[in-house]
Amino acid sequence: MTPQKRTGTQQHSPQQGLERLNIRISGSGGQGVISTGMLLGEALAIGDGKNVSQSQSYGPEARGGATRADIIVSDGEIYFPECNRLDILVAFTYEAYEKYAIEVKAEGLVLADEQAVDVLVGNATTLQMPFLELAVKKFKRSITANMIALGFLATFTKIVSKHALRDVVQEQFAGTKYEELNIKALEQGFRLGVKHGRKKK
Amino acid sequence: MPLHRTTPEGYPVLFAQGNEACVYGAIHAGCNFFAGYPITPSTEITEGMAREMPRFNGIFIQMEDEIASIGAVIGASAAGAVAMSATSGPGFSLMQENIGYAYMVQLPLVIVNVQRAGPSTGLPTKLSQGDTMQARWGTHGDYTAIVVAAATVQETYNVTIRAFQLAERFSTPVVVLLDELIGHMREKLVLKEIKRLTPVQRTFPKIPPEWYFPYKEPLDMVAHPAPVGEGFRYSMTGLIHDKSGFPTAIPSEVNHRMEILKNKIMMHCQDIWNWKEHYTEDAKYLIVAYGSAARAARGAVETLRNRRIRVGLIDLKTIWPFPYRPLPQIAEKAKTKRVFVAENNMGQLIHPVREALPQNIKVHGIRRYDGYSLDPYEIVQLVKEKIYA
Amino acid sequence: MHELTDIYEYLRWRKRFPTVWCAGCGIGSIMGAIIRGIKDLAIPKDDIAFVAGIGCSSRMPVYLDFNTLHTTHGRALTFATGIKLHRPNMNVLVVSGDGDALAIGGNHFIHAARRNIDITLILINNGIYGMTGGQVAPTTPLGARTHTMPYGNIDPAFDSVELALAAGASFVARSTVYAIMQTTNYIKKAIKHIGFSMVEIISQCPTQYGRLNNTANPRELLLWQKEHAVPLATAKDMSKDDLKGKIITGVFRDTRQSEYTETYRQYVKKVQAEMEE
Repeated sequence: MTPQKRTGTQQHSPQQGLERLNIRISGSGGQGVISTGMLLGEALAIGDGKNVSQSQSYGPEARGGATRADIIVSDGEIYFPECNRLDILVAFTYEAYEKYAIEVKAEGLVLADEQAVDVLVGNATTLQMPFLELAVKKFKRSITANMIALGFLATFTKIVSKHALRDVVQEQFAGTKYEELNIKALEQGFRLGVKHGRKKK
Repeated sequence: MPLHRTTPEGYPVLFAQGNEACVYGAIHAGCNFFAGYPITPSTEITEGMAREMPRFNGIFIQMEDEIASIGAVIGASAAGAVAMSATSGPGFSLMQENIGYAYMVQLPLVIVNVQRAGPSTGLPTKLSQGDTMQARWGTHGDYTAIVVAAATVQETYNVTIRAFQLAERFSTPVVVLLDELIGHMREKLVLKEIKRLTPVQRTFPKIPPEWYFPYKEPLDMVAHPAPVGEGFRYSMTGLIHDKSGFPTAIPSEVNHRMEILKNKIMMHCQDIWNWKEHYTEDAKYLIVAYGSAARAARGAVETLRNRRIRVGLIDLKTIWPFPYRPLPQIAEKAKTKRVFVAENNMGQLIHPVREALPQNIKVHGIRRYDGYSLDPYEIVQLVKEKIYA
Repeated sequence: MHELTDIYEYLRWRKRFPTVWCAGCGIGSIMGAIIRGIKDLAIPKDDIAFVAGIGCSSRMPVYLDFNTLHTTHGRALTFATGIKLHRPNMNVLVVSGDGDALAIGGNHFIHAARRNIDITLILINNGIYGMTGGQVAPTTPLGARTHTMPYGNIDPAFDSVELALAAGASFVARSTVYAIMQTTNYIKKAIKHIGFSMVEIISQCPTQYGRLNNTANPRELLLWQKEHAVPLATAKDMSKDDLKGKIITGVFRDTRQSEYTETYRQYVKKVQAEMEE
């Protein structure tokens, strides 16, 4: 092979040694899955300054029990904006868990709601968390489950910073009656994540 | 949508969809009229314009169908508005007759087509680049179209602004060809043009009405018919017309009109062509693509370069007029042996590529038409297969 | 009273004449009525946008010295909507044939009426497709012969007045070419009216309709209009059987309702007031 002139970009190609994470949040339509994905994406892209591309299911797909929001986060440029193999899956329903858990890489992580898991699927580490139960018990609204899950994700996996999440949640719900509630739920998630993080060690 | 966050340079920064980027681009370009009809996957543009237009003293109207939408857009443009519509495949098909009218009477307007898989209803929520040829040859008769494209959310914003500028500059419809993936995907978006906001202004005649001929071309061949209601009363017709706008069937005048419709674009190709090059200087193998296919191709090029395979990419931002002169020049300089055309359809962009290149360069198609984006890995495999065959 | 030469200043007579219309056609008379109406109202020529689609009657804008748009088949009302929205102070007139407005453009017709946007639609109904050579229209009477219904028409006809009323037009009238003074009068009223106004004018087509159905004599066709026209007031006291085959003329509705461009301006004000809060 003839020697080539090497340019800077070639040596530090974004494909080499750069972290790319494929994250999927899934659940039933109306559980706030898509807005959770948007908030996480925004926190990562603007708060943490990462390269992010986020997509979601549309049309009839968005109405079943396995609605999804995909977030790809990378230090380099994202050329292929579709998640084929997942690093992290957050599942709120059984249908979502069953459908997507098999797509998680063996070294990946599945965060499933306790109520969503019946039989374990796939090879990845699976954590069963009482997101929905906590949401109902502590905040009397099951919709806050996704905020708890977001908070958990931040402190447990450390892929996203706490302040970035807090910022986007605050901005998204600023001036509405849900602002305080969502922030509280997020903080609850942070604590839960810290607790389980310690357990892991 | 709130614009709270800014970059260190002071530009607003958002996490937005391609469709939303298109809305911001249109507003920053000075768009003040939008007529549309909801259709997946372009609905977010229509909804965004419905939200923003009244705030900026613009007009938004949801018409009874796409034919009516483009009709209202042409009418508004004739009245002096900076007008736009957005749609997807089925709506774009419905619009075609009226788009032809706009080409004939030479009115500036922007049509965004967020492509979905077809034919017919196809796959409404899946991506495709199947309208590549329709955007060029959609309406009947001979004419020359300007079609621009984008591969990222940021580019969608920039390209939309450029589309308005091109439309006004050449007094012609401009099509912004996006696809479902880019339209629905969220990425970081920096609103750079907000600071030097110089909205597109319609061109008005500088001569008194009694000397005015709406279709008397200046040296650059681009006539700008005066907006209705400004004191220049003339006839605007979809029939072939003379310089004063009246129908004519005199062969010399017909020839002149037809040639103007073509040449007013073709003589300014240099100003319209736009593409991004990646590793083309020594590209023994060259990939040509646009939109989401170009994204995947970019990933493939990076991988192949790491394996010391000299592959380059031309990411088209202007699809039509096709860069038929620059492409062979780049290929010649790089001593290119093979060219690959990556696209999300059964092979459309490959035709102008093949036409533009000399016979000794082999052209291969890399195609996917199942509604999903091309995978960089897939492209790597196909390129290697051909190279080592 | 009008002088015969009154209309000249509104015509592009130096260039565009003679017209494409056949001898004995009613469209020329209607064009005269429109011009006289506009002259009486003293509307400056620059303030009028005159839009038409495709067809015999839709050739009219080419001959008139206004801001004229000769657009695509059936879509004239959509172009007019765009012009009116962007320049709400202009008088926007649309001339349309029965095929143009009721067949290919039927959807746009009902939706323009529904919005009650301030456009004046002058619908010239000659019961046939003239320009393409005598095919059946949605207004062709049952049994009439056309080139695409050579053994007598079996398609029931539209009543454009009923349609406009049902769709929400705020001014609806019908007249005939024979009653040309009445026609001029209605056109004036329609232009002055704020909101969507429609005037249907029953016209004659000796070349296509006449030749295929009994007589190609324009005089006889005009007399037929005279004999069959029944004023609205008289028609009220007549039975359904008596009214069969008759043309009811008059003003069917003339009300002031909220007009679309006005409503839109209020909507913008409301949005901007909320923004400032």
